[in-house]
Amino acid sequence: MAKPKLAIYWAASCGGCDIAILDIEGKILEVADFFDLVFWPCAMDFKYDDVRKMQDKEITLTLFNGAIRSDENYEIAKLLREKSVVLCAFGSCASEGCIPGLANFTDKQTIMDYVYKTSPSLEPGNDVVPQTNVKVPEGTLHIPNLWNTVRTLPQVVDVDYIIPGCPPQSNQIAAVIDAVVDILKNGKPLPPKGTVLGASDKCCCDECKRQRNVKKIKKFIRPFEIVTDPEICLMEQGMVCLGPATRSGCGAKCVAAGVPCRGCYGLPSNIRDQGASMASALASVIDSIDEAEVERILDTVADPLGTFYRFSLPSSMLRRVQQ
Amino acid sequence: MSFEPRIVGFLCNWCSYTGADLAGTARMKYAPNVMTVRVMCTGRVDPGFVLDSFRAGADGVLVCGCHFGDCHYVEGNHKCMRRIAITKRILKGMGIQPERLRLEWVSASEGARFQEVVNSFTEEIRGLGPIRLKEWAFVPEQVEAAAAAHGE
Repeated sequence: MAKPKLAIYWAASCGGCDIAILDIEGKILEVADFFDLVFWPCAMDFKYDDVRKMQDKEITLTLFNGAIRSDENYEIAKLLREKSVVLCAFGSCASEGCIPGLANFTDKQTIMDYVYKTSPSLEPGNDVVPQTNVKVPEGTLHIPNLWNTVRTLPQVVDVDYIIPGCPPQSNQIAAVIDAVVDILKNGKPLPPKGTVLGASDKCCCDECKRQRNVKKIKKFIRPFEIVTDPEICLMEQGMVCLGPATRSGCGAKCVAAGVPCRGCYGLPSNIRDQGASMASALASVIDSIDEAEVERILDTVADPLGTFYRFSLPSSMLRRVQQ
Repeated sequence: MSFEPRIVGFLCNWCSYTGADLAGTARMKYAPNVMTVRVMCTGRVDPGFVLDSFRAGADGVLVCGCHFGDCHYVEGNHKCMRRIAITKRILKGMGIQPERLRLEWVSASEGARFQEVVNSFTEEIRGLGPIRLKEWAFVPEQVEAAAAAHGE
């Protein structure tokens, strides 16, 4: 029997998801043994044309990481959708926008101006800005156009499953691979379309081992401002911890190390906007009924929008900032 | 055609909904622009409800509850006040005027006050104009036309 084919692609991402796949250690050999790796630009040399030449639905499983923010990202997303039986949004960027998605707080022009004209690391007077088409003696060079708004994979193509996390934890990836092998080898039924794999349904607090008592907060602080108590809930200590608005599945590793949850596993299934949900949780623990004092306490939250929507802005209710 | 604001009003069951009811039974006339949603307490109004209203096309959101000290659940309106404060910050950060969200306390006996709140808020929203969320939906045709223009 021919081996099932596996493709792994990165769009707008940092490469951390690919590293997380390699992080499953010895299991990667099993993956290479069981699957025929047909496309993985981060790790092996393949060309887009190799994929274009394939039959439709020839790839059994595609793990797609990275957000969609350029014509190239979109083109390959469509291509891999055509060629794959199962397309999986892998990691936070593909499933909800993640760090590249923070670009939705600004716009393309501002980004281009900063990076190529006003950034302090540029030579003064630089005015070289990349163009989508440039004529050189050998012909025309083309680079893909950057979008004004970052999109998630499920917003632009039909997606079968979602694996959240920035990056997805290696033990969860290994579990998903085991399940996939089980399905392909033993004919186990596929989970229903749209299932979130490699995570659970409750919020991060459910996995957190810290003690939770009563939260009454007069001032929000950042992790470097105090020596954290190792036993007590970080929010009780005044930190903005996204645990209450974040899906569990990561094993609550950050909070165990004394760093508040940043929300990378995305929103649990019963809420629709991670930032709004976090705002709601935060508002209920502020210890004041005086409007002016509430405003003063809220002033102590550093970069509230960037914190609440750090991983989910392109999939949030409003999608992007309105000019 | 003149602009008619669409406003979503979250009214608490115990005070403001009854206050609105009083305005109705007393046959007070007020702007018909508010579509009311009855909630058991303003403490139930999650910031997500407000953002979802704006996403779904509301031009303004009005939240009305019991005066401080009158809450049927003792402190639901305190939580609401704090949630509205933080929601206004979210709206401002997302480029939507925070004035489009208003919190008012209306008791069960204040039908006239409900009338005045609805009228003044409707006029304020009329002055601010409609909301049009930009680039909310992904439109493949637009993206593909732009890519073609860039010579894909």
